Amino acid sequence: MGYKLDWNDFRIFLKNLSSDFQVYAPKRFPQQGRYSDTDCIRYAKIASADEIEYAQKSTYPAKEVLQPINETVMYFVEGKYIEAKEADERPYFIFARACDINAIARFDDIYLKNGHFADPLYQKRRQKVHFALMQCPEKGWDSCFCVSMGTNSADEYGIGIAFCEDGVKIDVKDTAFEKYLAPLKASPADFSVKPVSENIVKVEVPEISSKEIQQKIKSLDMWHEYDKRCLECGSCTLACSTCTCFTTVDITYTPETNAGERRRIAASCHIDGFSDMAGGHSFRPTAGERMRYKVMHKVHDHKVRFGHNMCVGCGRCDDHCPAYISFSTAVNKLAKEVKRLEGERENG
Amino acid sequence: MDNIFMPEPHKILQIKKLTAIECLFRVEFEKAGEINFGQFFQISLPQAGECPISISDFSKEEKWAEFLIRKVGTVTDKIFALKVGDILPMRGPYGHGFELSAYAQKDLIIAAGGSGVAPVRSLINHIEKNKSCVKNLNLIFGFRDNDSILFEEDIKRWQTSFDVTVTLDKGSGKEGKKIGLVTDYAAELPLVQKPVPDLQVIIVGPPVMMKFTAQKFLALGAKEENIWVSFERKMSCAVGKCGHCRIDETYVCLEGPVFNYVKAKQLID
Repeated sequence: MGYKLDWNDFRIFLKNLSSDFQVYAPKRFPQQGRYSDTDCIRYAKIASADEIEYAQKSTYPAKEVLQPINETVMYFVEGKYIEAKEADERPYFIFARACDINAIARFDDIYLKNGHFADPLYQKRRQKVHFALMQCPEKGWDSCFCVSMGTNSADEYGIGIAFCEDGVKIDVKDTAFEKYLAPLKASPADFSVKPVSENIVKVEVPEISSKEIQQKIKSLDMWHEYDKRCLECGSCTLACSTCTCFTTVDITYTPETNAGERRRIAASCHIDGFSDMAGGHSFRPTAGERMRYKVMHKVHDHKVRFGHNMCVGCGRCDDHCPAYISFSTAVNKLAKEVKRLEGERENG
Repeated sequence: MDNIFMPEPHKILQIKKLTAIECLFRVEFEKAGEINFGQFFQISLPQAGECPISISDFSKEEKWAEFLIRKVGTVTDKIFALKVGDILPMRGPYGHGFELSAYAQKDLIIAAGGSGVAPVRSLINHIEKNKSCVKNLNLIFGFRDNDSILFEEDIKRWQTSFDVTVTLDKGSGKEGKKIGLVTDYAAELPLVQKPVPDLQVIIVGPPVMMKFTAQKFLALGAKEENIWVSFERKMSCAVGKCGHCRIDETYVCLEGPVFNYVKAKQLID
């Protein structure tokens, strides 16, 4: 069922929702961008509809709500472990775009399905998540390529929403949300979220037919370009909607006490130390090898294991790279190389 | 909901010094019956962190597990400060180990380098007690020098039951030890003189050692599908979440650490 709400009613709608849910949305943090006089748009808990930054793509993805960059897993005091508890146990209501909702499905692959155990921290949050699917501009933004990745639409949402000049249009998919609209002057409207149908950036995902080709990809010259260009800062992976990796780090509060905590901190395969083992051995020492490892994971390896590509085409990696390395360009280059390798194979 | 990341306390029963930087820790473990050869635990020390350590032996009856620990990192430094009776927090066992059924009634060679002896030690001890479970067993171990030899007591005992070759990278070849690499003496093993078609070979050691030793045994007549290796990788979670041990679509903590060579040869980081 579709509705149209003026901005004031939308404020009330959100206020009503906030009594039952912790509401997260992209929020603008003025002057907190990476460069001078720039803002940062990231996910945060909001108290009012006016805090939602809907006109621009957020700098950082929605994953941070479910998997914070830095979170306490447990506390230890005198050798005893105490499980960390969440301060707010209410369910989540998250304003997210199609790419972000699809990205959470990739998080589910790793944190719920991979291996023999579901991750208890993630699962606890995930089972109480409700999404508001935010409509994107017709072609998304400059760096988006969700259409190429097939992630321009999403199925998992409670309400669909489009922000207009004088208010919002809402499509209530989950009838449980009707009650928050009931007391308002919502006028019926013919509305459902319109997915992006074409992006400016188009990506060809390589079709790798065999392990033999996969091995050849590892020694392609194209990766050497990144040895020179990539700064190994890891900002692409931090901004990535689907990078799930973390490292556990123990912290001691003061040198005199036997108390501290174990944290889970976002990790990046682009940064030194990601594969280091005690004793000094490590893998993928060069930036090019790390770029190859990441690109292959995003557009091939994850799909082999879970049936869909990891990358959701949000383009945040391209927006972020201080060296202007474009992931989408790398994937297109790889697709071209794979075609050449496949051709060579067929011609013997 | 049970939190799989919460480590459980286990009492240290025995600490045995093997070399200047390596000790063998025996830890109480009630559920030792659930352990398989070649699996590992995530040792989890508060204020130091977590790291995967392979199980070098276990006893279902006496309910303990043993770990060879080398003092090389933040976590292991802290483990070395522990004494008998102290608590070693850990979680596990994890990973896919050596499946005994793959070697049942077959000729088996186990080649291990350095601390690579630890993951195969429980399997060798099991075969020593149940000799009929394989047809013949040859062992070949490589160490850096005389001071780096691990599990010397076990090796001496194994020599009474099996053909055992010990190589040292350098030093003098005292007490029948040979000077050179495992690959230099692999061809002298009795089981490769006239290798049977289903000769099984287990290789555990540093990546370079495993690569060249596998190539050597292939040249000596072993088949790819009968070679088994065990990988070592950085792991933060050991249960398929943290991503550190992933190679392509494979998670070493889940599908490994033990891999068949057919799979392992394709796993290039």
